Amino acid sequence: MVEWLAALRRLARESPTLAVGGGTLLLIAALGLVAPWIAPHDPLAIAPTNSLEPASATHLLGTDQLGRDLFSRILVGTRISILVGAAVAALATIGGLAIGLLAGFVRVLDGPLMRVMDGVMSIPGVLFAIALMAVFRASVETVVIALAIVEIPRVVRLVRSVVLTLRELPFVEGAIVSGATTFGIVRRHILPNTLAPLIVQATYIAASAIIIEAALSFLGAGTPPEVPSWGNIMASGRAFFLIAPMLVLMPGVVLTLTVLAINLVGDGLRDRLDPKLRAALK
Amino acid sequence: MLRYILKRLLMVVPVMGVVTVVVFVLSRVGPGDPVTIMLGEFATAEQIARTRTALGLDLPLPAQYFAWLAQTLQGNLGLSLFTRKPVLELIAQSAAPTVLLTLCAMVYAVLVAVPLGVLAAARAGSLVDRAVMAGAVLGFSTPVFVLGYILAYVFGLRLGLLPVQGFPGLEAGPVAVLRALTLPALAIGATFVALIARVTRASMLEVLNEDYIRTARAKGLRRPVVLLVHALKNAAVPVVTMIGIGFGILLSGVVVTESVFAIPGIGRLTVDAIFRRDFPVIQGVVLVMSAVYVLLNLLVDLSYMLFDPRIRY
Repeated sequence: MVEWLAALRRLARESPTLAVGGGTLLLIAALGLVAPWIAPHDPLAIAPTNSLEPASATHLLGTDQLGRDLFSRILVGTRISILVGAAVAALATIGGLAIGLLAGFVRVLDGPLMRVMDGVMSIPGVLFAIALMAVFRASVETVVIALAIVEIPRVVRLVRSVVLTLRELPFVEGAIVSGATTFGIVRRHILPNTLAPLIVQATYIAASAIIIEAALSFLGAGTPPEVPSWGNIMASGRAFFLIAPMLVLMPGVVLTLTVLAINLVGDGLRDRLDPKLRAALK
Repeated sequence: MLRYILKRLLMVVPVMGVVTVVVFVLSRVGPGDPVTIMLGEFATAEQIARTRTALGLDLPLPAQYFAWLAQTLQGNLGLSLFTRKPVLELIAQSAAPTVLLTLCAMVYAVLVAVPLGVLAAARAGSLVDRAVMAGAVLGFSTPVFVLGYILAYVFGLRLGLLPVQGFPGLEAGPVAVLRALTLPALAIGATFVALIARVTRASMLEVLNEDYIRTARAKGLRRPVVLLVHALKNAAVPVVTMIGIGFGILLSGVVVTESVFAIPGIGRLTVDAIFRRDFPVIQGVVLVMSAVYVLLNLLVDLSYMLFDPRIRY
């Protein structure tokens, strides 16, 4: 326990961004995890007689136009954002890793794969996600898949560039000459060297996915209204912005805080894992 | 040089090829059979079959793609399912506010970000530098629609300085138009400011280490002259590249922000199309916006030689 504390203190001193970002993020994720049990009210319970109430002891942030408790809704909405961020980061990283390795090792596939990635990247992110969501039924799963498709090219480019650089290095050439299989080279040399930039990239993808999901939900093309998410809480409150601005501002501020925490973690990891990464990412 | 321009133009073909395939595939896997949508529920089987043949929907998919592509290249993006008007016409009608907004956001962002980046690089490690970089992280982290509402709250609701809703139309005169566009442009540009300030700083730091900067200083030139004339021009290539790449963020931001400020532009058109499940409009917008993005990046690539005399094609 004492060792733990000492390690934490050292981390806080050596990379304060990582410590502050990581701490905030852990807190938000933990709150999201236990939200259904600690939320003071049912986030979906409608009480028209209590509509648009100001903040009070019973309703910490007041109520929305249907009398639903804003605090409980934001608390439960945390789950969607964290889930979408984590799932998209994982899915895009795995998919991008696979495609990036293919492009880096199989010369004939390199050109075509990268042209496809260039094409996908030239569709503005939010618009592409909107187009994908228009085709599929609105649900959390489809949001995750749509956002993963949007983010995959960034991972592919990163992985491919790492593979192309490594492939020319003496230790990999040595492994090739000594008869190592491609799979063996990937496992022993490529993956360990890709891991650091991939983890950093994954945090940035999580941040971007959370923003796009919120934007989609805000525009009415994301998570369905019966699943409270920060974006659709803002969407449902926007008609009342002039009389009850907190309905829109509060979920927005929490959203920003979460994305900020993730970006701080990303920056902190980037600086800690490899100072040379600064140039390659972002 | 002409060869380079031609080569670079040819590179646009595969990229736009992929974009068109993506949009075409999305248009075919979307829910709802276009023929049923066109003819209504009570059409006979024979009518449906005849319309399918007439529209070429019974052809194999690649043939359908090329037929669709030929139409698209002639500017025919199909009809809106809701208004029955040509999609291109709808996009053109709502383009003015969007183009103005994008331009305002871009100009202001570059005007703010480049000096900030230069300043941060010139005083690397100082409090100013750290403040700019911290501001950049915050800029990256604030979603454009959240910032839009925060600005609307502060400058519109609290201070009552600027309008928070609507767009007066071009005939209202430049002052009214600019007033309506100020807050949305500030919101959209924020991420862009963060992005460009960061790249400007990094690029300037690299250039400031070069020998010719030391020579310029040794000649006795004053620091601002060295920074702005010698360093900035040579640091411009990555900055201009980022302006091109980041333009996609700007376009995404415009779509969302128009919705916050009730500006009747392409973003509003898109959002209305989402609610009406008007797929041809959504696909048309994706296609046009992507084409604009690709063309802008083409221009950016061609502009490199203006900034760095070492680049010759």
